[in-house]
Amino acid sequence: MIKIKFAYYPGCTLRTKAREFNESVKAVSSVLGIELEELPSWTCCGAVIPLVTDNVMNLIAPIRNIIYAKKHGHDMVALCSFCYNVLKRANNAVKEDPEKLQKINDFIEEEKKYDGNVKVFHLLELLKDKIGFENLGKMVKKNLSGLRVAPYYGCMLLRPAEIGIDDPEEPRILENFLEALGCEVVDFPFKTECCGSYLTVSSPDTAMECSYNILNSAVKNKADIIVTSCPLCHFNLDEKQEEMVKKYSDFKKISVTYFTRPLEIALGMDITDRSERDFIEILKGKNLLE
Amino acid sequence: MRIRILSKKIRGPLVKKVEDLSGQNIFSCYQCGKCSAGCPITSAMDILPAQIIRFVQLGEVDEVMNSRTIWLCASCLTCATRCPKGIDVAKVMETLRVISLRDKGSFLEPSKNFSGDRLADMPQQALVSSYRKYTD
Repeated sequence: MIKIKFAYYPGCTLRTKAREFNESVKAVSSVLGIELEELPSWTCCGAVIPLVTDNVMNLIAPIRNIIYAKKHGHDMVALCSFCYNVLKRANNAVKEDPEKLQKINDFIEEEKKYDGNVKVFHLLELLKDKIGFENLGKMVKKNLSGLRVAPYYGCMLLRPAEIGIDDPEEPRILENFLEALGCEVVDFPFKTECCGSYLTVSSPDTAMECSYNILNSAVKNKADIIVTSCPLCHFNLDEKQEEMVKKYSDFKKISVTYFTRPLEIALGMDITDRSERDFIEILKGKNLLE
Repeated sequence: MRIRILSKKIRGPLVKKVEDLSGQNIFSCYQCGKCSAGCPITSAMDILPAQIIRFVQLGEVDEVMNSRTIWLCASCLTCATRCPKGIDVAKVMETLRVISLRDKGSFLEPSKNFSGDRLADMPQQALVSSYRKYTD
């Protein structure tokens, strides 16, 4: 088995609201030989990247965390799609603009100067490139055949194209990952559509309509579950379903989980105590869990 | 609606400001409408994304600053990915928000505008992004 080490950046949500995702990630990574050592002093990345040219201030938080990874001596891994997006975009922004990098280095005077050479990865990229889906397939103890999974990418893993983990319009990475586990992949047209994101705070009805369209499309394509890597997508798609039942007469509920959950099952781990109940029920129904 | 096209508006400081802050060449847009077609939020918008760009081209920046649209764009970047002219429409939307925030102050403050009960369940990243996008 290979052994590789990374500086792990969980981000705010994986340490609070989405703790179960963090636990799931820790569980699978140790079995796969990927050592994720959590950065000792990380801070929030800021959740969104500044999109105006004169906003250097909001790049400080992500770059400071990247400097922590540099100090740690390893490349960085993020799981939350927002964190991945912000860290990677901020890293590129300072690499392409020496003046911005200089400004930030001058501001973060308590740390060593950053030179732009830390790499930021998403766990899915490691599974694809460092382990390989073929090897991953060989590690599978329980083949998940019969489980129909809709891979949901959302926005932040794919866009903009220069930081995306795969093609922004025709991604295959989640599909290939799920196929390696034996799952039946459900192709559905909303897999790269926005779930409504943080509009769930300010315009909840608008966000809910976006999420409803995604769920409805997955259900129509006969998916058993939807997988995601973003805690905010998970919130919008999963926790709003009770409200959707009341609002949309044709709405049918569907189980939403993180992409590491099927991996846990496939690797032979017992997740009965810590997984979403609806997911467990589906696995039992498919005879994938006793 | 009727718009009086004035060269001093089109070449005015506000359009220049939008171009500088967004880093986008507004005038390269030829109104194909692909951004509006792919946008998942258009059903809630009062002005479509391509129309936002058109208004800015015509110097009608105030018109779009008062629209609901700029506060509904969630920066999902579908438009930016698909624009055949390489315009990042999300950057233009953010520029318009930022001009408004710097000029008039916060658009809303989640902790003041929404009940604690509703916010308590929200993932942290939703709250942080809302503050970043809607407060000055």
